[in-house]
Amino acid sequence: MSILGTRVLRTEDPGFLSTGAVYTDDVQDERLAGACYVHFVRSTVAHAKINSIDTSAAKEAEGVVAVYTAADLAADGLNPLKPMAPFMNQAMLQPLLASDTVRFVGEPVAAVVTEQVYQGEDALELVDVDYEFLPAVVNMNDALSGEKGLLFPDAGTNVICTFGDSSATNPDLFDGCEVVVSETIQNTRVAPAPMETRAAAAAWGEDGRLTAWIPNQGAQGTKAALVRALGVEPNVVRLITPDVGGGFGAKFGIDPESVVTCWIAKQLGRPARWSETRMENLLGMPHGRAQQHKVTIGGMKDGTVLAYRIEILQDCGAYPKAGAFLPSLTILMTPGPYNIPRAESWSWSVVTNTTPVGAYRGAGRPEAAAAIDRAMDLFADAAGVDPAEVRRKNLLPKFSEPHKTAFGAVYDSGDYVTGLEKALAAADYEGLLAEQAKRRANGDTLQLGIGLASYVEITGAGAEAGGPNENGTVEVHPDGTATVLTGTSPHGQGHQTVWAMLVSNELGIPIDKITVKWGDTDLIPKGGGTGGSRSLQLGGAAVQQASRELLDVARERAAASLEIAQSDLEFNVDTSAFSVKGDPDKSMPLSSLAETERLFVNSVFSQPGATFPFGTHVAVVEVDTETGKVNLRRVVTVDDAGTVINPLLAEGQRHGGIAQGAAQAFLEEVVYDDDGNPLTATFADYPFLSATEVPSFELVDMATPTSYNPLGAKGIGEAGSIGATPAVQNAVIDAVSHLGVTHIDMPTSPQRVWRAINAVNGSKEA
Amino acid sequence: MTQIKLTVNGGARSDEVEPRLLLIHYLRETLGLRAANVGCDTTSCGACTVLLDGESVKSCTVLAVQANDRSVTTTEGLVAEDGTMSAVQEAFRENHGLQCGFCTPGMVMAATSLLAENPHPTEQEVREGLEGNFCRCTGYHNIVQSVLGAAEKLSSTGSSATAESSTEVNA
Repeated sequence: MSILGTRVLRTEDPGFLSTGAVYTDDVQDERLAGACYVHFVRSTVAHAKINSIDTSAAKEAEGVVAVYTAADLAADGLNPLKPMAPFMNQAMLQPLLASDTVRFVGEPVAAVVTEQVYQGEDALELVDVDYEFLPAVVNMNDALSGEKGLLFPDAGTNVICTFGDSSATNPDLFDGCEVVVSETIQNTRVAPAPMETRAAAAAWGEDGRLTAWIPNQGAQGTKAALVRALGVEPNVVRLITPDVGGGFGAKFGIDPESVVTCWIAKQLGRPARWSETRMENLLGMPHGRAQQHKVTIGGMKDGTVLAYRIEILQDCGAYPKAGAFLPSLTILMTPGPYNIPRAESWSWSVVTNTTPVGAYRGAGRPEAAAAIDRAMDLFADAAGVDPAEVRRKNLLPKFSEPHKTAFGAVYDSGDYVTGLEKALAAADYEGLLAEQAKRRANGDTLQLGIGLASYVEITGAGAEAGGPNENGTVEVHPDGTATVLTGTSPHGQGHQTVWAMLVSNELGIPIDKITVKWGDTDLIPKGGGTGGSRSLQLGGAAVQQASRELLDVARERAAASLEIAQSDLEFNVDTSAFSVKGDPDKSMPLSSLAETERLFVNSVFSQPGATFPFGTHVAVVEVDTETGKVNLRRVVTVDDAGTVINPLLAEGQRHGGIAQGAAQAFLEEVVYDDDGNPLTATFADYPFLSATEVPSFELVDMATPTSYNPLGAKGIGEAGSIGATPAVQNAVIDAVSHLGVTHIDMPTSPQRVWRAINAVNGSKEA
Repeated sequence: MTQIKLTVNGGARSDEVEPRLLLIHYLRETLGLRAANVGCDTTSCGACTVLLDGESVKSCTVLAVQANDRSVTTTEGLVAEDGTMSAVQEAFRENHGLQCGFCTPGMVMAATSLLAENPHPTEQEVREGLEGNFCRCTGYHNIVQSVLGAAEKLSSTGSSATAESSTEVNA
């Protein structure tokens, strides 16, 4: 029986559960012996000119080795980071340490290096920065208008880039519609907040090479960014990826602090380490989402949607990171799984005096799903048609040949209506409606809300070389063990186990004899890392392909050794050996073929395009109409990601995604005051989801395999966070819709819900 | 510097420490027990949870000197000499109660303490008992399953979640 599709327990877990994983801050390595510790003085204001930085007192403090500012970096020829893509405004440069201007609270201004960790905390306080305040541009609408000033006067605008063409709008888009509804929707700024914060450890060898340990989601991309920032040749840098304590999109690429830590190690000629506090993490690590949507949706009174428009404003924070790019993915996924005859969208990406925005679980697609599924409910409410019926009417019918949307996305395969019906049945939608009607009729304080979201998303996009591909290496050793090198990079996903399952299934080597390695750029120079739910369908498929090709090489060797035709050999997976057809006693173990010559294959797997997982989420909430408090009672989901290799791990991915998606809808939000001061800079203030705020989740199985890879697998890592947000938000609004409420922005906090109820009552307290 | 004497994972320790040294840093840097992690600065996340005299504490807000004359248990200490993990650790593995692993050592200690206090918790009691331990990966679903699974296994074998630390409390 194949091991694939079975609930194999993770082989990495015993270590993680006992002595713990080895994260960057845990790394003990002789190259790091005698390391000094780097700490960052961070801006306490959102926007200001720096008149002067006095480091003299800090330099005198106990244990201080050195203090560096932007002037020191410039003197050594280090340049600011350029925007990540050429189409972004090139005048918007990010200094590694702020030079003449600070643009967000938390921006690094100076680096203090100490002998011991605790000495840094003391010395940081002694660096005196003289700020001259500038007006802070905090709201993205103010950034777009430019009326409150520019972050980069040389750029002449706060707009980093645009996607789509607002001037090409069709004035007749909603002609013929009986029902047209518009709403401005905030897709909240949230903090990825992986449990492991950012860190770096750096050592320069006598050979002039840098070894850097940095938590990341793709060592090759992080190395490339580090090489550019340091201005060195690629072969100078070796990046090693220790265990990584969660990424969620926020650990792609490199941040200024890691670059500066590597640079300091070179300046001082001794290893250097940096590890940030949670407050630094909540201020310095890129945030996610942060979009504003102006949506208009129109159609017929029977629930048929005819037209949809979405104008997207992306708040990118102070510097152009991946956030500036996110709206292009939102636009690509504009219509979601729905068949909408006329749709249009465009976007602006703007800078504000806030923490930069980057990728966060879903990265642009949850925003598209949230917009269209909120719009569907706005339309359903206005048309007086049940939200499930509106979805039934407008979902694309089942297709097995690729379907191209007006926005250029090519959906590989889909059966959206079945997904919807399965979710509705599992949730007992009819029963929920009856319970809701009863509570409404009774005027109960606790009202029931049911929310739906039917989504499709894009997974498995490109690698370094562009296009959906990834490489994998498999080597079989004479002792019967095997080593796998992969270009993807887990941070909780379980590649050690699943890649071993894939190899074991082909080669018959037990999974506990297979070692999987990733994230060391000397060992694995190419790779696209883990993000965009790409790992299994590309990295996993590459490992499977390499295993099969390795078997071809082995068969050739075995045939030559036995002096028979290759066609006379058959490989027996159960014994991991070749045997001669018709002569079962004559066999040759696979491992024996590695005895005289190394037996390994590196293989690149490419798939014809991205894949498009889909599903439906049903959320059930109770809302206290007197306090506005939301209790999330149930989340029922269908998440169809094609063939599942390890259901235990796939379910884990769904659980985590659902929780993060739900948290955005009803709980989590990064908040700034009008001057750009962060109000959610600790875990005491940022309402990080806890165990008491979510129920156990109800997962429904559905698998529509893709033909794009031999595994039949699509991505599963982000599905939960894409469906859950609109489902939960829709449920909260549904709970109070009979009172006349049509929309409540995320997160649906007690205050927002209470105000929305009071607003329709005409109360002044709203 | 201050002299402290304490028991860590069953072994006696005596060290000179800076009075302001946090227990988590004493465990990690002085003793090299790096399973427990620092996840926040505000006693909110519980990644640093260890047992102090058998009860869970967040070791980022306990000074090493406060552990003087007391007994500390970490996940390293839950593993038997033959390498067998505790029922709670094993249950986390069986139920896929961990992904990236960063919250895990703290979560395991919080769960161990919870089951020592309440050997037969309901799902709601597990959720309330772990409210002070954050996880970003699992959505808590499989963590709750792990703790319920461990409770079941412990009750069927009639053993305690903290065999080692509870004897220490009694000692």
